Amino acid sequence: MKAWHFTEMPYPHLPPMEELPSMRVTIPSKLYDPKIGADLYNRYLDEHLLADELGLNIMLNEHHQTTTCLDAAAPLMAAILARQTKNARICILGNPIANRGDPIRIAEEMAVIDNISRGRLDVGIVRGVPYEIFAANTNPTHTLERLWEGVDLIQKAWTTHDGPFNFEGRFTHRRMVNVWPRPYQSPHPMIWITGSSDYDNIRKVASRGFVFATFLQPHDKVKLMFDAYRSTMADHGLPGGGGVAFMPLVYTAETEEEAEKGATQLLWYMNTKTPPQFRNPPGYVGVDVNVKALQGAYTGRTDAVRAKGMDYLREQGVLMYGNPDSVAKQVKRYYDLVGGFDHLLMMQQAGHLDHKSVVSSMTLFAKEVYPQIKDLPGTKMPKVKAVA
Amino acid sequence: MLTTDQSKTLIHISGMDIELERRGKGQPLLLLYGEEGLEPEAPFIDELAKDFEVFIPSPPGFGNSERPDWLRSLDDIAYIYLDLIEKLALKNVPVVGFSLGGWLAAEIATKDDSFISKLVLVDAYGIKVGGPYDRDIADFWCLHPSEVLKLKWHDTEKGKRDFPSMPEEKLTIVARNVESLARFCWEPFMHNPMLKGRLHRIKVPTRVIWGEQDGIVKPAYGKAYADAIPGAMFQSIPNAGHFPQLEQPEAFMTALREFLR
Repeated sequence: MKAWHFTEMPYPHLPPMEELPSMRVTIPSKLYDPKIGADLYNRYLDEHLLADELGLNIMLNEHHQTTTCLDAAAPLMAAILARQTKNARICILGNPIANRGDPIRIAEEMAVIDNISRGRLDVGIVRGVPYEIFAANTNPTHTLERLWEGVDLIQKAWTTHDGPFNFEGRFTHRRMVNVWPRPYQSPHPMIWITGSSDYDNIRKVASRGFVFATFLQPHDKVKLMFDAYRSTMADHGLPGGGGVAFMPLVYTAETEEEAEKGATQLLWYMNTKTPPQFRNPPGYVGVDVNVKALQGAYTGRTDAVRAKGMDYLREQGVLMYGNPDSVAKQVKRYYDLVGGFDHLLMMQQAGHLDHKSVVSSMTLFAKEVYPQIKDLPGTKMPKVKAVA
Repeated sequence: MLTTDQSKTLIHISGMDIELERRGKGQPLLLLYGEEGLEPEAPFIDELAKDFEVFIPSPPGFGNSERPDWLRSLDDIAYIYLDLIEKLALKNVPVVGFSLGGWLAAEIATKDDSFISKLVLVDAYGIKVGGPYDRDIADFWCLHPSEVLKLKWHDTEKGKRDFPSMPEEKLTIVARNVESLARFCWEPFMHNPMLKGRLHRIKVPTRVIWGEQDGIVKPAYGKAYADAIPGAMFQSIPNAGHFPQLEQPEAFMTALREFLR
């Protein structure tokens, strides 16, 4: 199992929540202080450099018009870290392709970073979360189709080495596609795709041999997702897929009490505020899901989870915290419950959790937890029945 | 319940199944309903069906009509409707379009108005009037639902809908309509940048009817619409928002009858 350090790079210095109509989309930038922001960027980059020194890998993401994520352009952070780190793998999870518009530009940026890092890049490609549909003004009704057209085009652009080709698809038209440089890794960097309970999409990810990643979901749901991935690998007879990845919130400390304090701070991420019109753009999810929404199936669901508190989140595996042995035990428990996984993506910083605490948690994890879980085997081909 | 005067069928046209409802007896009238599909259930249609055989097609993606992926805009849908009109052999018919249906009616009429006797646009979308920073059309996808309700309805009580008590079949159509509206109208938002420059092609008598309190597309927008169509008259209905036909059905029917007479 590989472990990855992650922070969404939040800007938490905001007025009280009661006075704030939204943390996303509409929040005025007069509430952003560039002096505080500059310190935060540099601090979060320092924590990624520490991850590299500690033998952890680095995960980055990007979001738009939100205080939860200062990283509005993940390739920029990845480019800095490609040059400043030595050993860590760097995974952008991911490039929001439906929002970015031009897949070829993404193919180029990733190829450049892959070269600078000498092949340490993993490339996540995602459809973009609901609220940032508005920031990007991308049509919300076919982000998944747009994602897959873009993924195919990027893969083709990376693996075509005999000169240009033209592409006239549903969403993108390009002529003379001829990406220079080609990626450092051959045939190309590993592609990661994120998702939730859309099993058709998970099967598609598996059949292509990409990594499937999911975030902050309870173990029973994740087991079904990972099962869909593994069964597809068997159906396609692949020698080994890209594997599966899961992200919990993680805080490691010397004592349970200290860990609980840190974990409480991480929960800031679960309490963000978005007005209803930005949570479910028209057609972002399918008609069947929207019918259930109209029937009131999801009303108050987030509040209900919040009300259940930390113990519940810990039991679900969404939040892992404690002393090093306890954290290792929680990772192994989750691993067993979901049928194994390949990548532990750890949100080890969120909200106001300060640099000192993050360094302490990361260091303890790397030195005392990681050795206990590192050798857990990755996704394996399920046994295929012998054909008579 | 469908009576003998009512029928809903699927018609295969332009490679897709389009739902068509026919109601009433008399001269044919083509009715293009709005994005929420509220009109077919409203009492004013029964009034209309006393004088006309009302043809009510559902656009691709709305009601039970198919929505092929290649369709991108109201401009595309207008051609499907021209095929439908040809198939039904409609000639010399009044065309009445509400909201999104008004936009569609304008698109159709700019391409071919030879089958239209009179054209009525009610609180229609479809054109860009102001500059890049002007909000001609309230950005209802970015407003709180309670705010949208206030902009759409003069009497907000009339606009409230009890979704949880509706049958699943009905909710499926509601959800499809919302999705299809975004599919065709997300960007450019609720308009076709080319349409205003084509409106001069409409040669048939045209009436633009508007709710005086419409906050989504204000009366000034309706007047600009009327100004761009040769000879079109603008008429507003008091105490009505975006749906004068639903909020003030009597005043609306009086205005409509007077024009279609």
